[in-house]
Formats: sequence, structure tokens, C-alpha cells
Amino acid sequence: MALISDGRFVEDDWRRLADEEALPKSGKVVVSLARVEHALAHLPEGVSLGVNVPNTTDPASLALALPRLGLVEIAFPAFADGRGFSLARLIRRAGFKGELRASGRLLADQYAHALGCGFDTIEIPDDLAERQDESQWRAARAAHARTYQRGYVAPGSILDARRKAAAR
Amino acid sequence: MPALKHPQILLASDLAGGEVVFLGAEGWERDHARARVARSEDEAAALESFGKAEIAGNKVVDVYLADVEVGVDGVPTPLHYREKMRLKGPSVRPDLGKQAKGGAHDRS
Amino acid sequence: MTAHDPGLARPNAPTTTYRYDEFDAVFVRERVAEFREQVRRRLEGSLTEDEFRPFRLMNGLYLQLHAYMLRVAIPYGTLTARQMRRLADIADKYDRGYGHFTTRQNLQYNWPKLVDTPDILESLAGVEMHAIQTSGNCIRNVTADHFSGVAPDEIEDPRPTAEFLRQWSSAHPEFSFLPRKFKIAVTGADHDRAAIMVHDIGLRILKSDAGEIGYQVVVGGGLGRTPFVGKVIRDYVSRDDLLAYLEAIMRVYNRFGRRDNKFKARIKILVHEKGIDEVRAAVEAEFAAMDRSVFSFDPAEFERIAAFFTPPPYEALPAESAKLRTQGVEHPAFGNFLDMNVSPHRVPGYAIVTVSLKPIGGIPGDATSQQMRLLADASERFGFGELRVSHEQNIILPHVKQDELLDLWKLLDGAGLATANAGLVSDIISCPGLDYCSLATARSIPIAQAISKRFSDLSRQRRIGKLGIKISGCINACGHHHVGAIGILGLEKKGQESYQITLGGDPTFSASIGEILGPGVSAEQVPDVIEHIVDFYLAERREGETFIETWRRIGHARFKDVLRREGEDGADI
Repeated sequence: MALISDGRFVEDDWRRLADEEALPKSGKVVVSLARVEHALAHLPEGVSLGVNVPNTTDPASLALALPRLGLVEIAFPAFADGRGFSLARLIRRAGFKGELRASGRLLADQYAHALGCGFDTIEIPDDLAERQDESQWRAARAAHARTYQRGYVAPGSILDARRKAAAR
Repeated sequence: MPALKHPQILLASDLAGGEVVFLGAEGWERDHARARVARSEDEAAALESFGKAEIAGNKVVDVYLADVEVGVDGVPTPLHYREKMRLKGPSVRPDLGKQAKGGAHDRS
Repeated sequence: MTAHDPGLARPNAPTTTYRYDEFDAVFVRERVAEFREQVRRRLEGSLTEDEFRPFRLMNGLYLQLHAYMLRVAIPYGTLTARQMRRLADIADKYDRGYGHFTTRQNLQYNWPKLVDTPDILESLAGVEMHAIQTSGNCIRNVTADHFSGVAPDEIEDPRPTAEFLRQWSSAHPEFSFLPRKFKIAVTGADHDRAAIMVHDIGLRILKSDAGEIGYQVVVGGGLGRTPFVGKVIRDYVSRDDLLAYLEAIMRVYNRFGRRDNKFKARIKILVHEKGIDEVRAAVEAEFAAMDRSVFSFDPAEFERIAAFFTPPPYEALPAESAKLRTQGVEHPAFGNFLDMNVSPHRVPGYAIVTVSLKPIGGIPGDATSQQMRLLADASERFGFGELRVSHEQNIILPHVKQDELLDLWKLLDGAGLATANAGLVSDIISCPGLDYCSLATARSIPIAQAISKRFSDLSRQRRIGKLGIKISGCINACGHHHVGAIGILGLEKKGQESYQITLGGDPTFSASIGEILGPGVSAEQVPDVIEHIVDFYLAERREGETFIETWRRIGHARFKDVLRREGEDGADI
């Protein structure tokens, strides 16, 4: 898998932990949703915990865990399945400040959508990374200087630019 | 070699231009009269396999086999009315599409 | 504002519709560049067809039966003369010299090439047009009443709202990968000419008891495989809350709309399966939880947009043109046009003209590039350079002086654009069908042509009165057959095209879905069946009753009986 962060492929600090694998003494590990409550209850001090969740997850079920999680990874079963974008919004609204990651066969052309909804990083399979290199991801991110919507993470909204221009 | 219920030809759409094309002896043809006819399952599989490679090569999209009947002149005609339309063009504009002299994609 | 805008065809011409500012202009150019790059990556293989397809669709480009098809957005059906001329130029340069106006107020080109499409989009951007989100699983063109701003029964012009929503929905980061397409329509009058009851979201502008403008919000209407009339989710949403409320609906739909079955993925299915109460509860909960302080709604911004739609400088004229009546008598053909294609205007001395794109035996909704240019000229000569496209596939000239109607009619007549059949039985709405569309199961245009020819006699049509026939070439119902007084659906039966007829559809506030008449009939039989239905209606109707009124009064079963009896007699069924 390849990890995109700020328009570049980077090494992944996080390691996915299988359900049957014991929690390590240190490091950053990502567990499944089924395991997260138990993992939090038994979390060693040197360990950062992340959770991998399906895109149908009810954010309320994560509410208690969120402040203690370093990473939330939302699975995208298909790139055209946009539920993860709404889930990301809701997780941010719930106050999550850690790394929000989209995982699946997302395309470079969805980078701005993902960032807009509050994702920090995107994890994609290697075959996709080979076809859609960093330059495509950066170009797609920069496609629009401003967005029409407000309240999303964006370089700037058209509304704010208009207000500024009108104030002059 | 099992024979097909009906002979078949391979249709596709040209990626860059959108025109309906048929797999011929050497490559894609605009005229269905030049389409390669498969009469056995193996022959049909060979057509499909070539078609898949052409998809991967970003030449065509939407590749599929269509049942035809072959006339005494050797020209294959699709059995279904939908594919018959694709050979010709809009029935309500005989001046457009393949049915017109030169065809809609001929800009000469 | 725009008095010295060099982009205007006639400097100092008043604006009667939205004009891009620098930010809008940059946005569409960025979009063109983005698509150009996507095409490049597609052709070289960085993007597979499956990956490219949603982005191709979100830029309006379909792959159809014979060629690609490009669907150009005409936001809320309004365009300027300059834009119409550009559509004509594109038709000539990149297509085959014509275009097709659609049931969602857009324009379709049937023969573009993929490789030319970025250039076409660039040409459109040059006149403030685009093809953004005219397809794909996203929010589509927001449609509105084609008599906006000029209808006597108008409460408020719906177009500022529609423009506001157009911007809000463009390249939305959260709602671009919905379960399925999403269609919004806005109406602002006592009569609904935008079919809001059969849209995913329908907005009806109304005034609160305190006299403030707000919206009744309807959700879950839709046609297609499983048609539904929409349900009211909220009786009143204030203008301030509209965007937030719509965002709440979109978020609920995005999260809970079905993704397992393409044919059960619209919001109408969610409403049907969960019930409106559960959907409403989810929307209201989301609306309550949102932080509306960061929201996009800004009253100043709404006013800025609304200002573009202020009425043009109408002259002060008497309510009725003195010479009009005489002219109608002296020129009987013009008199027919006056009776059928001219509608009352809210401003004294003016009229709304419907230019029919349904000549007898013609292809519904098609216009040649010459006709487009003539319409552009006509709009400048006879009405501030503004035109509309109706979802009935006709062109509207919304600001014609009554005194100038005869001159306009002469101009239109010379170009085959004066068919006096607006709303009559030959004013048929038809999707392109199997002649063009790869989704179609049967042809629709030849059916429309045959019916049109069968009823070509105008006096006969006038005796029948307004009667909407709508034809779809497949179950996706792009011809809106479900809400036709007479609807026709083209299917396949035993390897042949077969046509199923429905009666009793209604797209207005009193919306209803048509009921099936009987087994499908062949193409040859359709005109006979339609004639039998019409003759029966004429025999049964009371004075002034429309078709739908008669049908509702005497019941569907009586119509079924007529057709069955005809069949038993061995007549043409």
C-alpha cells in the first residue's frame, strides 16, 4: 500500500494489527472497530492507537474512543462510494483532532474532495500508486484555487473572496 | 470445437472518437461488412481476448460480442434490432451516422 | 455592474440573468483544464475507463449508441442571445449542425469526440457556460419554471434560488459520489411549471404568515423504474436556513441511500422504504447538529445574485395592444399562434412566447444551428436578448411586446419555428430513445412523429385542447412518460419494439403517476390507440374538462374497457 500525505508518497508510521495479534509495547497500531474498546482499555503507555472503520459506521459508536485515538481510518470499498466523505465530516464534527485517513482505491481526482471533508492522508493500493503518481495527486489537489462551499477544508472559498473584494 | 448457436462479431466504441467499430481481420473496422465472424466458441474467445487487450491499450471501450446472421454475400448482420441500429445510425436522420455517405465521423 | 462589460454582445444591454464574476470565470476555466488533463490521462492509460467514467459524466459526456453525447448545462433554462449563438457555433464546428433541447432544460450534442470535448468546454466557458454535473452521481442542473420572472402568478422568481444552489452544488467535496443522480427543481408561482413533485428535492417558494419568503421542501419524487410523487419533508424552511437544510438532506441521503442496487439507489427509494417520518427525523437531527455559523448562506450574497434577475427596462404600455386582435383576424395562422403559443405576461403590454420545437412530423426538441441563430436574433430584436428552454423541450421568448408579436411570428414562420401547437397533442415530449441512446429499449422519436402526423390538423388539435403526450424509450423515463396525461413507454417484447401506454399522469402540484392501459402494442398500432383514447375523451368530457379531469372523473377502468372492446371487435388494436 502507498500513503499520500500533503501530495507526496510517504512512509507509513502506522501498522495494521490483526485481531488475533497482541498489542505491542510501543509503536502506532491500527485495530479493527470490534477491537478498539478492548484495546483502549488495555493500551500500553508507549502505544498510539488507531482504528479502521467501515464507511457505514455510526459516529456515535466512536464518540467515547475518539479523544484517545491517534488515527481513524475509513475504508472506501469503491472509489465511487462516497459515504466515507460524510463520515469524515461527522468524525471531525465530533471533535476528532488526530489523523483521518481514507483507505481504498481512491483516485487522485478525489484528493480535493477527501481533503475538503477533513481527511489528512490517503492510503491506496500499489498498482494505483504506480498509475497515478505524486504529480497527478498534486495537480488534482490544485485543480481549483477556491471552492464554492464554506465549512469545508479548502484553500479558500469563493464566498469569502467575494466578501473581501466587496469590502475594498 | 463447439459451434456457437449463432455466428458472432465483436463490437466496440472507439475511445478517442466514439464511433462504433467492428473487429476485422487486422484490426478495427468502421464497416461491419469487414468484421471478422466467429463460428466457434474458441473463435469467439479469441475475438474477446483481442478486444480486452485493446481496452487495456486504451484504444476502445465497451467491447462485446453480438449474434449475427451471415448473408450470401458474406456480410454479417446482427440479429437484435439494437445492434442493427448501431450499424446504421439514427433511423430518423438518414443523413447521419454510418448509413450516410461518408458517415458522421467523416469530416472530409 | 456590467454596463461596460466587453463580454456582452451589446454593450450597455441590461442583464436579465446571472453573469459570472471573476471567481465564477476562473472556476469554469479551472474545470476545463482539469478535464483536459483527465482526458490526457485517460488516453495514455493513467486512468482506466471505470475510473474515468464518473469524471467524464460529471463533465456531461456520455458514450451513446453511435457516438459520444455531450450534455451542456443551461442553468434554470435561461440563456442569452450570445450563449445561444455559441451553442450554434459549437454545433457547426464540432457536431453535425444541430442540438437537442432536453426535459431538464439542457442541450445535447450527439456527435462530439472525446478528444474535442475539452475544446468544446473551453468554448462554452468563453460565454459563461459549462457541462458541469449534467450527469453522474451528483447534484444535477437545478431546473426552474421556464416562465420565471414574467408569469402573472409568480410569488418570487425562482432563479436566484436556483443560481444559489447551482454554485453551492458545484464540485461539492462531500456530495460528488452519491448513491445516484440527484435532481432539484424550484418553482415560485401558484402553478408549478417545473414538475417539482417528481424531483429528488422540489422547492416551492412561498410566503410565511409574517410575509417572509421561504420554501416548502418536497423530497423523494422521481420517475424512472419506480416512479413516486414526492412528499413534503418540511412545510416551511426560511431562506436563511435553506442551504443548511439541503445539506442535511444530502448528508442523510449520502449516508443511507442504497448502494447495493443501482435501481434502488435514489432518495425516493429511501423515503419509500424507511417512510417519510424516519427520513424527516434523520434530516431534522442532522440539521440541528450542524454548525450553521460556518455556513455558505450569506444574505448579502443572495442579494448580489438576485440583483442580476431584476426586471429589464420594460416600457410603459397599455395592458392590451390595440392592433393585436385585428392582426389575429387578418392573419389566421398568426391568430392560431396567438391563441396557442402566447401566454399572459405580468407586465402590461407584454407577452410570453413559446416557440415550438415540435413541427408536425419533426424530431421533438431538435433545433438546427440556423434556427438557434435566428432565435438568438429574435431574442435581441424582441426581448432583451434572453431566452428560456422549457422542460417541455420548447424555447421561450419571455419579454415580447404585444405590438411586436406579428413581426416575431413572421420571422419564426420563415424558419419553421411557428408551429401553433404549444400544449396540444402534437406538442409531444420525447426522449431521444433508441435512435441515439445506449440505454434505450425502443425508439421513441418515430412514435412521436407518427402521432404528430396523425393529429396534424390544427383545428382538430384545438378541439381536443391541451393534452400532454410524453414518450420514453426505456424505463429510465427521461421522456417523463409517467407524468404525461398520455404516457408511452418503449420496451422490448419478443425481440420487437413494444409500447406500453399509461393514462392519468400529472406533473404539477396535483401530481400523479399514470396507470397502465393494457399490454404493449406495436409501433404501427400506437397512433390508432392514441386516437381511440382521444376520441373517447372527446365523447365523454364535460364542458371545459381537460383530459386528466375527465379521466379522474370517469375512471381508468372506463378507458381500459374502450380499448378492450375495440380489440374484441377486431378493430385496430
